[in-house]
Amino acid sequence: MGSVMGAVFNLNHPAHTVDWNFVHLSVANVVVIVLMLIVFLLAILLPFPGAANRRGGAS
Amino acid sequence: MSSVATPPPAPSKSWTVKVREKGVEALPPDRLLPDGQPTYVASWIYVFGVASIASLIVIIGSGCVLSLKGPAWWHFTSIGHFFNSIHMWSVELFFFVMVVHLWGKYWMAAWRGGRGRVWVTGAVTFLVAVPAALTGYVSQQNFDAQWISTQAKDGLNSVGVGAFFNVTNFGQMYSFHILLLPIAVVALVSAHVLLVRRNGVVPPFELEQKLAPAPAAGPPGGDGSAQASTGAQS
Repeated sequence: MGSVMGAVFNLNHPAHTVDWNFVHLSVANVVVIVLMLIVFLLAILLPFPGAANRRGGAS
Repeated sequence: MSSVATPPPAPSKSWTVKVREKGVEALPPDRLLPDGQPTYVASWIYVFGVASIASLIVIIGSGCVLSLKGPAWWHFTSIGHFFNSIHMWSVELFFFVMVVHLWGKYWMAAWRGGRGRVWVTGAVTFLVAVPAALTGYVSQQNFDAQWISTQAKDGLNSVGVGAFFNVTNFGQMYSFHILLLPIAVVALVSAHVLLVRRNGVVPPFELEQKLAPAPAAGPPGGDGSAQASTGAQS
């Protein structure tokens, strides 16, 4: 049962990190930051449902 | 039926009446709970503020359950693990959507039009939420909490706050985590939302430029576009 409930990724090791000059980030944190950037861009670019109708038909 | 006109009542000196009158003057009911939002609010970037509030509600709800049951429950039972995970992941989501909200408001310069206090309360909420999360991580009652607290204490001692904010003191950290900092976050978020209601959602740059020649009438944020109600979420 323990193996079934275990993490999808093997976590039994020190964290992988990204190092650039004084910048020292875990890969997990870099992944979250990149996801936030992607979501931010999608929020700007994707049309909101029904937005065109609310603006009087202009897209 | 006689139609004898009664004289108007004398103005009350009661503090409750004064507070009510000030409150209604600052935030009339139709502005506090409007029927809709301006058309420009129909964009995904405006969703992240309310997503932050939704995450905060889940955080507080799951945190109340954890505080009722205690560390043995959240460490050694399946349902305790479940609520522990709900609490942790809702915090992750809270910071995720709050940062996207912050980025969106920064790039649209949301402090325009007399909205400085809206921006400041939001920024301070973010700053207060960080120690709220830290005190949670050091209150877990496990080796992870010990590791985080012994790492954090060096940083805090280096800036001289360790004497009155001791991350290795479970009782103090737990009090900060479940009482003091949540009260501060909820108070700040409440003020933030009320200020948004009072000032209105910041319009896009293009709209503000179109409205610029108009005479300055009405409260900040009370631009003509704000009257074009859509019913969209803020």
